[in-house]
Formats: sequence, structure tokens, C-alpha cells
Amino acid sequence: MPAFPEAAREAVGNPTLRANLRHATHTIRDKRARAVAELDDWAALRETGKRIKDRTLRQLDTYLLQLEEAVTAAGGTVHWAADAAEANRIVTELVRATGETEVVKVKSMATQEIGLNEHLAAEGIAAYETDLAELIVQLGDDRPSHILVPAIHRNRGEIRDIFREKMGSWGRPAPEGLSDAPAELAEAARLHLREKFLRAKVGISGANFMVAETGTLVVVESEGNGRMCLTLPETLISVVGVEKVVPTWQDLEVFLQTLPRSSTAERMNPYTSMWTGTTDGDGPGTFHLVLLDNGRTDALADEVGRQALRCIRCSACLNVCPVYERAGGHAYGSVYPGPIGAILTPQLRGTASEVDASLPYASSLCGACYEVCPVAIDIPEVLVHLRGKVAEEGGKGHRLERAAIKASTWVLDHPGVLATGERLASATRKLHPKRLPGPGARQWTESRDLPELPAEPFRDWWRKNRT
Amino acid sequence: MTDSRARILARIRTAVADAPEAAPVARDYRTSHTPDAPEALLDLLHENLADYRAHVHRTAPAGLAALVARLLAERGARSVVVPPGLPEEWLAATEAARRFDEPRLTPYELDGTDAVVTGCAVAIAETGTIVLDGGPGQGRRALTLVPDLHVCVVRAPEQVVASVPLALPRLAPARPLTWISGPSATSDIELDRVEGVHGPRTLEVVLVTEP
Repeated sequence: MPAFPEAAREAVGNPTLRANLRHATHTIRDKRARAVAELDDWAALRETGKRIKDRTLRQLDTYLLQLEEAVTAAGGTVHWAADAAEANRIVTELVRATGETEVVKVKSMATQEIGLNEHLAAEGIAAYETDLAELIVQLGDDRPSHILVPAIHRNRGEIRDIFREKMGSWGRPAPEGLSDAPAELAEAARLHLREKFLRAKVGISGANFMVAETGTLVVVESEGNGRMCLTLPETLISVVGVEKVVPTWQDLEVFLQTLPRSSTAERMNPYTSMWTGTTDGDGPGTFHLVLLDNGRTDALADEVGRQALRCIRCSACLNVCPVYERAGGHAYGSVYPGPIGAILTPQLRGTASEVDASLPYASSLCGACYEVCPVAIDIPEVLVHLRGKVAEEGGKGHRLERAAIKASTWVLDHPGVLATGERLASATRKLHPKRLPGPGARQWTESRDLPELPAEPFRDWWRKNRT
Repeated sequence: MTDSRARILARIRTAVADAPEAAPVARDYRTSHTPDAPEALLDLLHENLADYRAHVHRTAPAGLAALVARLLAERGARSVVVPPGLPEEWLAATEAARRFDEPRLTPYELDGTDAVVTGCAVAIAETGTIVLDGGPGQGRRALTLVPDLHVCVVRAPEQVVASVPLALPRLAPARPLTWISGPSATSDIELDRVEGVHGPRTLEVVLVTEP
């Protein structure tokens, strides 16, 4: 994976991608603003959501233990996974124990994060994505580019081509003469997936919320594929990040108001499923909850960065971000794209790789993401904080930067040198280039105008006019 | 496995050891955004359900059986799932073949059934949502999922609340809950909304009001 600047350059040069992204992000951001405006207590809901999450994170151990107890009491089994490898191993063993070789999946960021599908495939287990967009991505051998609308980068023509070419090799082929009308495409997906839902014995999901007090898990969705996977199979395995817990049943009243309006811009998403352990005669008889750390406790240890764990994955920040709108989700090199990805990914994975070190810089710091965040994550604050960390670790680019700062510190410590330099700069200003030379500096000035120097230094002006 | 449990908990405790205490959770948001008038609530529920492409009907109790029969007939439903505990009189006028869930219908049998008629636990006006909790007349979750037509009966005013904060205390978390706001829908293709991807393609909501 190339670092963000290279990946983004490629995306920005693709006019189809930019048109798809622009259309999608603008449509959804306008709708969201209207949905939010319907609630005149939005600011209070946002503040409460933020506080609930902060309180949960502060006592995360207590709430996870409470959750474990409640889920177990309700007939579920709880597993703890320190990292992706362990989570994948646990899920594989659980699927193996059922004797099945295929599973149906609800769209889940956590399982994408750990690469579960690829791991299961390597173990001889076929994992079928059932969310329409995830299906498009899976069939197209592609990667998701948006948290909520993973195929946002594809238009209807591209989707029709993928369905025509690939559906047959995964199951029921696309109908003859499939057009690019969204209703026809959705119908093709319905038929293709229904045969999988009806025979599925194992379902795999994530969860939007887990309630510590009651042991209840919550999945919000639109299509009903989630309901299919959560209800029809005999075994359900849910892989959920530890930060998804909320303390009380009542807390859901906040997030069930803020999440749908922030994400799909609806008063409520079409379907919400809630289940507590297992229920006799209704739904899976076996339920496993895999609690996933995978870097979350590292993020939790960062006093500025830990607020990223408040995220409820609504994706409002993606849709308002001028950088995301032009670069697209793939450029972020992670399952979490956009502003939230730029602060979450480097915390979950660390900043050792070039991609992860580049992410805190994948922003103009305009602050639009903070404005729309329903749990008030100060994304710009975390970005700047993470830039500081990356700079301190001293990557390639940052050695030059440090040398420059060191040199300027010396100049600023010597007023005589500074004054001479200023006069010299003013006197030669007609000769200054419009672009700076050298790697780094040239890129910086390619898209920015250099400030014009004044005809005389301020100190000289002051001496003449004020003394 | 136990190792990871201990390790994760220890990591959490270390991570927040120096963190300041979190601010208390103030709940100064509204519990409702709607005036407390049953008629207005019902109108709002009607409007919001319709806005998400549910078909909404109103009737007095005496007209319910005929209305249910008409809705099933209009959609060409020849078979209908009857959840345990559904009042018999609701289906008194329909000619559709009844299918009972005892013993449990297989997913394939449900797929081969045209419609389901249920009651609900509560309906939320501000969001246009009906909530099923598996109680009498609702059945298990799969019953309202696999057949293509769902006719849901809401008793007004007693089952209608204004908002999400007013709905949650009326629901038991231990029961499997399904919140439904309009029919199954997707916006995954260029954000064009398409109804009926995997769940029922048609949702008919009947508001039963005392005359």
C-alpha cells in the first residue's frame, strides 16, 4: 500500500471516481443536515453521547466484566481476543466445531479490520458478505471505500458489469439481460443471496452497541440482510471491538437518535435488531461473542487520542471532508477511511509503516469533521497530536524538517543575523522564485503561493516611523 | 483464552490509570419532541411511516378483519403465516391459507409463504418505527422477515409513544427485539433508495383506533 499522498494522487486523477464520490458525499451531507435540524436538542444529545462514551472508556474493565456476566447468564459464550490473529483463530475454531464450511456475514468493520474473510478462505471456509455494497465489493475483488456505503466509488454501470461477470462463480448468476437500474440490481442481489440465507447454518456479525447492564447486542441496518444473518442460522458469532459497550439500556435512547440521523440521514434506519444471549424457539440456539482488542487498548492509553474510541461509525465525518471527497476511501490504506480513519488507524496499528505515518497528514484541518461528529470527537486535535508523535519518531521527511527548525532557532537566537537576513531578503525580492526547489519544498509550493516579502523589514519600518 | 482476558483487562487498567474521572452524564435532552396529544401523535406516526414508504391504513376495530383481508388480497397473498397468539378475528375475513408456526416452519417454508400478519409491542411516532418483541401475535423474528408482505396492526392510542426515549422503558431487553421503520431498503447504488432487498418488500401498517 502506498502512503496517502501517492494513493491520493492516483485517485484525484480518476474523473469517474471523483464524480461518484462528489455526488454521494454531497447528497448525503445535505440530507444529514436536514435530519439533524429536526431535533432541537441535538447539542444536548451530542454532549450526552460524548459523556456516556467517555465514562465507559474510563471504566472499560468494569463494563466489559458486567457485559460478560450478562451475556453468559443469557446463554451466550464470551471470548476475548487480544489481536486479529487470535480473533481469527477463535472464529475459525467456532465455525469448524459446527462442521460447516460456509458462513453468511453481516457487514462489520471489526471483521474487515482483522481480515476475517481472507483468513477463513485460507482455512477452507467460504464467507459470504450479504450487505449489497459489501457484495459488490466482494464480487469485484475490490476494497470498501466508505464505512457506511462501501461501494460509494462505484456507479450503476460498473455494478452491473460486476454482477454479470462474477455472480455466477459465487452462486446464482445474474439474470439474463440485467440492466443498470438500481431496482434491478437490488433484485439480482436478493435472488443471489436468498439461497445462501435459507441454507446458512452459521452467521457472523459485528455489533453497533453492547449493553453492559443487560447483555444486549444491537445491530442497525437497512436491507434486512442483517436480520437474516442474525435470525436464521443455528449459530451466531459476533466479533465486536471492546469500545462498543455502553453501560445501560437507557443509553441506547441517545445513540438510536444520533446514529441514524448522522449516518444515513434518516429518522431511523429501516431495521434494528437487538438480542440478549439466546432465546428458546427464536433465532440461533448458540451465540458466541468475541471481544476484540487489536490495538484499542493502545489508543485508550493515549490521553489525547483515546477520544477516537468514542466513534460510533456513523461516517458523517467522511461525507463532509474535502480531502475524502477528492481522494476517496482507498487512499487511506485501511478499513477506516476519512477523518476518523486518519486518527483511528495510526492508533490501532501504530505509525511504524509509511502509510500509517502519513495518515495524520491526510487532512486540511478544516474542522468540518468535528462539527458533524455526533459524539464530539475533536478529530483536528487528535490529528495535530498524532503529527507531533510521528515527527518525534523522526521519519524521513521529518529529519529535514527538524534540521530546518534547528537552523531557524539559531537565527532567531541571533537578532543581528536575523535583521541582516531580512534586509537581504527584501532587497532581493524581485528575484525570488515562485516555486521552491528541492523535494518536499517543491511539493509544498506546487499547490500554494509563497508569501510575498514586504519592501522593507518591519524593524526598519518601525525605526523610521515610530522612534 | 483466559490469558487474553486477563491481559486485555490489565492493559485497560494501565491505560486509564492516570486518566481524569469522566464528567457525569447529564441527560438534559428532550424525552419527546412532540406535544402530548394522542391524535397528533397518531398523525405524526402515520406521516413518518408513509414517508419511509410503508402503506398506512386506519380503521375501527370492527373494520379490521375486512381491511386485513383486502390488503392480503390486493397484494395477491394466497398464504399467510399466523404467529402464535394472533387474535383469530383479525384473519376472520381472509381466504388466504393459514400457516401456523407449530412445529416451526423451515426457512424454505417461510420463503414459500406470501404474507405474515402480526401485532406489535410499541410504535414510535417521531421516527415512524414499529417494534416487535416476540410477544403474543408477533411470533419469532423470522416470521416477519422472510415472507414478502408484512401486515402489522398497531392499537392506538395505547401502543403509540412519541419518541425513542419513551419507547425503551416499555421494552424488555431480554426479549429479541426488531425495530422496523418502513420496508427493507438499500441506498448502496448511487444513493438511490430501493425498497425490498432482503426483508419484506411491502409493509402495510394498520392503525386501529376506537371510534
